[in-house]
Amino acid sequence: MSEKVLLDYGSGGRASQRLISKLFLGNLGNDELNRLNDAAELSVSGRVAMSTDSFTVDPIFFPGGNIGSLAVHGTVNDVAMMGAVPRYMTCGYIIEEGLPMADLEIIVKSMAEAVEHAGVQIVSGDTKVVPKGAVDKIFINTTGIGDIIVDPAPSGDAARPGDAVLISGTIGDHGLTILGTREGLDFEADVKSDSAALNHLLVRLVRELPEVHVLRDPTRGGLATTLNEITTSSNVCCELNETSLPIRPEVQGGCSILGLDPLYLANEGKFICILPEAQAEKALEIMRSDPLGGDACRIGTMTDANPGKVVLVTQLGGKRLLGMLEGEQLPRIC
Amino acid sequence: MSFELLEKFRDPELCRKLLDKMERELDGELRFMEVCGTHTVAIFQSGLRSLLPEGITHLSGPGCPVCVTHESEVNAFLDLAGNERVIMATFGDLMRVPGEDRRNLKKAQADGARVKVVYSPFDTLKLAKENPGDLVVFIGVGFETTAPTIAATMKMARRQGIDNLRVLCFHKTVPTALDALLADQAIKLDGFILPGHVSAIIGVEPYRFIAGKYNKSAVVTGFEPLDILQSLSQMIDWRNKGEAHVDNNYTRIVGENGNPKAMEIMYEVFEPCDALWRGLGLIPGSGLEIRPEWEQFDAKKEFGIVIKDGPALKGCKCGDILKGIKQPDQCPLFGKACTPANPVGPCMVSTEGSCAAYYKYKLD
Repeated sequence: MSEKVLLDYGSGGRASQRLISKLFLGNLGNDELNRLNDAAELSVSGRVAMSTDSFTVDPIFFPGGNIGSLAVHGTVNDVAMMGAVPRYMTCGYIIEEGLPMADLEIIVKSMAEAVEHAGVQIVSGDTKVVPKGAVDKIFINTTGIGDIIVDPAPSGDAARPGDAVLISGTIGDHGLTILGTREGLDFEADVKSDSAALNHLLVRLVRELPEVHVLRDPTRGGLATTLNEITTSSNVCCELNETSLPIRPEVQGGCSILGLDPLYLANEGKFICILPEAQAEKALEIMRSDPLGGDACRIGTMTDANPGKVVLVTQLGGKRLLGMLEGEQLPRIC
Repeated sequence: MSFELLEKFRDPELCRKLLDKMERELDGELRFMEVCGTHTVAIFQSGLRSLLPEGITHLSGPGCPVCVTHESEVNAFLDLAGNERVIMATFGDLMRVPGEDRRNLKKAQADGARVKVVYSPFDTLKLAKENPGDLVVFIGVGFETTAPTIAATMKMARRQGIDNLRVLCFHKTVPTALDALLADQAIKLDGFILPGHVSAIIGVEPYRFIAGKYNKSAVVTGFEPLDILQSLSQMIDWRNKGEAHVDNNYTRIVGENGNPKAMEIMYEVFEPCDALWRGLGLIPGSGLEIRPEWEQFDAKKEFGIVIKDGPALKGCKCGDILKGIKQPDQCPLFGKACTPANPVGPCMVSTEGSCAAYYKYKLD
């Protein structure tokens, strides 16, 4: 029978030690983590960005990634959205007893690849194993910290009327993949999560265009929700052009079948960039020069028409409100 | 149908031309009602509503199955969800529909009720097999679109010897409701945009009375902007000539006789009955109930559920809205006591409800 994670592994005793030294240090180890002190000793100075996120995705494996890579990308991206170079991360696992050890290995190895690619170090970690049913397979919390390299840092309340609204690529891919995989739906075409670390592209962007007003990753709630948050904080109106929205036909198709709106589906490898009109072309050029921004495009403009609202200019030229969802999207009856 | 082909039905230039034609030809006012939640959403989502000529009034009728689910039906399934023997299986739309004291299935779930959202009624077969000691109760809410699939599920359950599946049957039929609506003198209408999905099952024939008995026009219509505009333009044309017709503009999906096979399966398992509609009250012959030969699946029989009319919720104008007498934002509760976060009625919670569409999409 294949090896499973047992309650013993979270006991702090020898079993824990073995798991830590073999699996975690073996894959994620670095000078700081290897010291196994109670806390990491870091040297940081100046303005730093810090962000934490807990990952509870179901299923834990999905086309395009798994909970491990997602836990790294999510936090790295959140830190980078502040115009910061992500440097260090912490990582806490809460594991349900009985999780196949092979699954945990895949997850940890994915995290190792993701931190390597993002150029960050995991400097502190924690593992808890809880009885069956107390969590669903595995939950991961990551916290990241990075040096802010622009002043002022991009911020959700900094959008101004006249600003251009850009997106770094297609929307809805991650959300539809997760929903589709969770429900065991077979999509005709290949739909996969866009989970990726955006920090290298973002750092280049803010170095070259330090006047970027807002950077945000449209994760939970999707593009529509994130834009609503920005228009509310900045008290501006976002006029979005439906025809410019980059949505893969297979994502659009999958959404039509399930009665979902891709504008409200999560993305894990995309960012919204809001900046003065004059810099829009340059920003798109930088974004498109990176494979993670290959489909970058302009999707709208900030105005002062309906402060706090997102207005969608439809394909037909009509206008309608693009509001926030009350809760999760639910599939419809007919 | 390929998505490329569908794109043609969204062609902005063709839409513009039709809109201009309507503007030119419309003499006076045209009041039309759509009776399908998918049309409600399509008209808002495409931005069509903001582009229609001023003289055209768009009303949303009783076309969202969630919205016309009677208060006592909602309370019945919420009560049943609390039963320890029961696993409730439902389409996602019903999860947030409020019952008495604003309770709903989401809250019941948080209190420990076992509620499972399914994408297809057939999913309930697996659910029943996986939980042999429990009763899986599927909430049968929907029109002729949904009922045949549920009937087919029950047939398959019988073939597979599954004895722990029940259906709480609240199905309703569209043409009977339209007849009741048109009989109401208070309702001022020039025509109907008829539902594409329902018509794909029942065909065009059951609507003929709209022109014959009431001298109103009605067009079976697809869900793309061009489909809708074409039907409206046709209705203007007929009205200018003083004529009324029932026609089918959605021939790529809807045949004259619909889907006889689906109808046969539906009536093999269900039979017409009187039904209570939220906001509209009792409409004779407008519901479907499980035939005695299939009563082993009947959750109403199993649990002794009787649906009775009661007083409507105070202040809630659902009835007038579903009849097209009032627009959602004319309800005193709209956007105040009744919002998607805290809905009073299902019209505010269903994705295809007219109040929810107004709240979600209407700009001013």
